Amino acid sequence: MSEVALDPIVPNEEWTLPSRGIVGMTCLIIAEAAIFVIFVVAYIFYLGKSLTGPTPKEVLELPIFTTICLLSSSLTVHAAVSALRGNARRLCSFWLAATVLLGGIFLAGTAHEWYDLIYKHGLTIKTNLFGTTFYSLVGLHATHVVVGLILLSLALFFSMSGDLKEEHHEKLEGLSLYWHFVDGVWVIVFLVVYVLGR
Amino acid sequence: MATQIPVTEIQDQKVQSPQRHWLEVLHDWVTTVDHKKIGLMYIGYALIFLVIAGFEALLMRVQLAIPNNHFVSPQVFNGLFTMHGTTMVFFVGMPILFGFGNYLIPLMIGARDMAFPRLNAFSFWISAFGGLLLYFSYVGGSGLYGAGSAPDVGWFAYAPLTARVFSPGHSTDYWTLSLLLTGIGTIGTALNIVATIISMRCPGMKMSRLPLLPWLYLVTSGLTFVAIGPLTAAQIMLLLDRYVGSHFFDTQAGGSAVLWMHFFWIFGHPEVYILVLPAFAFANEIIPVFSRKAIFGYPAMVAASVGIGFISLGVWAHHMFTVGLGPGENTFFTLATMIISVPTGIKIFNWLATLWGGKIHFTVAMMFAIGFLFQFLIAGLTGIMLSVAPFDWQLGNSYFVVAHFHYVLVGAILFMLFSAFYYWYPKMSGRMLSERLGKWHFWLFLIGFHLTFDLMHVPGLLGMPRRIYTYEADRGWMIWNVIISSGAIVQTVATLLFVFNMVWSYFRGPIAGPDPWDAWTLEWSVSSPPPSYNFAEIPVVASRRPLWDLKHPDDPDSDYEMDQPTPHEKQEKSL
Repeated sequence: MSEVALDPIVPNEEWTLPSRGIVGMTCLIIAEAAIFVIFVVAYIFYLGKSLTGPTPKEVLELPIFTTICLLSSSLTVHAAVSALRGNARRLCSFWLAATVLLGGIFLAGTAHEWYDLIYKHGLTIKTNLFGTTFYSLVGLHATHVVVGLILLSLALFFSMSGDLKEEHHEKLEGLSLYWHFVDGVWVIVFLVVYVLGR
Repeated sequence: MATQIPVTEIQDQKVQSPQRHWLEVLHDWVTTVDHKKIGLMYIGYALIFLVIAGFEALLMRVQLAIPNNHFVSPQVFNGLFTMHGTTMVFFVGMPILFGFGNYLIPLMIGARDMAFPRLNAFSFWISAFGGLLLYFSYVGGSGLYGAGSAPDVGWFAYAPLTARVFSPGHSTDYWTLSLLLTGIGTIGTALNIVATIISMRCPGMKMSRLPLLPWLYLVTSGLTFVAIGPLTAAQIMLLLDRYVGSHFFDTQAGGSAVLWMHFFWIFGHPEVYILVLPAFAFANEIIPVFSRKAIFGYPAMVAASVGIGFISLGVWAHHMFTVGLGPGENTFFTLATMIISVPTGIKIFNWLATLWGGKIHFTVAMMFAIGFLFQFLIAGLTGIMLSVAPFDWQLGNSYFVVAHFHYVLVGAILFMLFSAFYYWYPKMSGRMLSERLGKWHFWLFLIGFHLTFDLMHVPGLLGMPRRIYTYEADRGWMIWNVIISSGAIVQTVATLLFVFNMVWSYFRGPIAGPDPWDAWTLEWSVSSPPPSYNFAEIPVVASRRPLWDLKHPDDPDSDYEMDQPTPHEKQEKSL
């Protein structure tokens, strides 16, 4: 070993690490995903075990339009991040506004669906196991949509006031990651509740 | 790239800082975002709860020492074991481990703070308030008389006992809400630890050079995300059941009580590893330093830890054998549980191989670490016994199980925590703990521990169920219980000695200097206690033991690194 020459000192060797914001958001998403998994498992476990009606088949309708709105909002938020990265701040505002609008439509759709279920079909969280698992799973997702919309609205506000600048693109990327997660969860909820569970 | 660590001048900081008003000092601590202060607050807060929960254990041991005892009422006894378990897991175990992690990880990876300092403070305070909320139950509700409305449903709070019909009032709500709150804090801290380790390492500290303590905290934090999530979900369901009238665990409406058990133990078993992995992490740092050898099998240690992390997610139902899971599940969970002893065994052999041929220094920290090795082995062996479903049917919910998991929690985790205190106290306070008092502490605690928990297996084998309030004289359990309870008193005396040692040494202990143990990781390169910015200049490391390189420039570790790029590769890189 003694013959091997020592490495020359290279003080300015490239040393870059992943962004802590993205890593942090990924961790949050993993923890949140674990919460959703439990609610989804409970939903599947109690499928068809309700002692009384109404059943999912009788009352649920496919929310196709609102689903399209929510999923396309993933594209618009991605466009907003790209715009900010390219320092096109007006474009960024536009895409953020579109995201908030699409998310808002989704939320209004859920509200309308719940109104119908409660007042037309008499299904509440107390009615049966279907009501219990349905409202808690969809409600948990809707809560995440609300949180996401609040954060996106803040971003929109700062974007319009000119405070959201190119150097903040990593922060907006973290937010968009969260929004993609909310959309991804909806795909699972949609498949479990409206497709398999019906 | 060679190791470059600017060595700071040793200075007595106490002389330089003028006396300040106590309110100013308090304000500093409450508003701090410094990872070292938050780490110390975590540790202090956990120690306070350790004393409280230890006192609860002592009350229970007094109650059980002799048959037909009426030292406390049955209601209070139910509250005592619930609070003891909940406190020890959520308000002692996790905060003290996160406290050490908070303090040590940035120092060990050459960073100036955690990735998110304000989130760090938020996580600490929300966990702290969770603990206060739990204990407020003693004065909440109907007040202290009859112990207020302290939770009394056991630390795993099985359904349907937690339903509003069976647990009226707010006792269960205190339990649920305080766990929800600390859960948020725990996830915040775990997130912070992962982001710190991934994104804040100093130049040259590749993942393959990361000290094993941060490595194991990385695994623990990963487990925290997937374990605390289900707990949070289950608590939300329980709250909905109790307040909105949903039917998750309501058997009258077709709900399932077994589902709660599954959800709880999907959290509960990984939780055991969340608590024990940091203890392994301490052993990985302390055993090599006092064997004067590098750790044996670094990659195997990392692989075993990650393996434990994954396997521990698939063993939860071994807590539920007595429910009657059916042959398929019984077989699966028995095998999965046995498999987890493989990576654990790898760890034990690696520690033994580290000791082998080493020049062992029997400091108090090392004595506790060696105690840990033996006791963890025994705890693991009774664990393998209990993993066999038919054996578990016989002894599940008996004192044998209580003895088994206390062997893990006290014999392994608490011993390693004491070891960590003796090892890092000089870094945190700038003073050495008294080795003489420490040896008294070690031997007394060792004797007390074995008196209590070795013999606790026996009444379990004789059929004494856990959680009973009292028992009849003709059962033949009395002699065992008397010895078990007297062991608890010996442990209490030993712990008081330890507390005295910490307080006394803070004022009178010899000055530690930056590196009292001649150790190798970066935290020993800065003064004790470290300055608030940690490193005046961010260090650059070239191997797993940067301080060894610095002390032995003629024979640095970096010469022996397997993944040193060959000159050819280097040329390619520069192109």
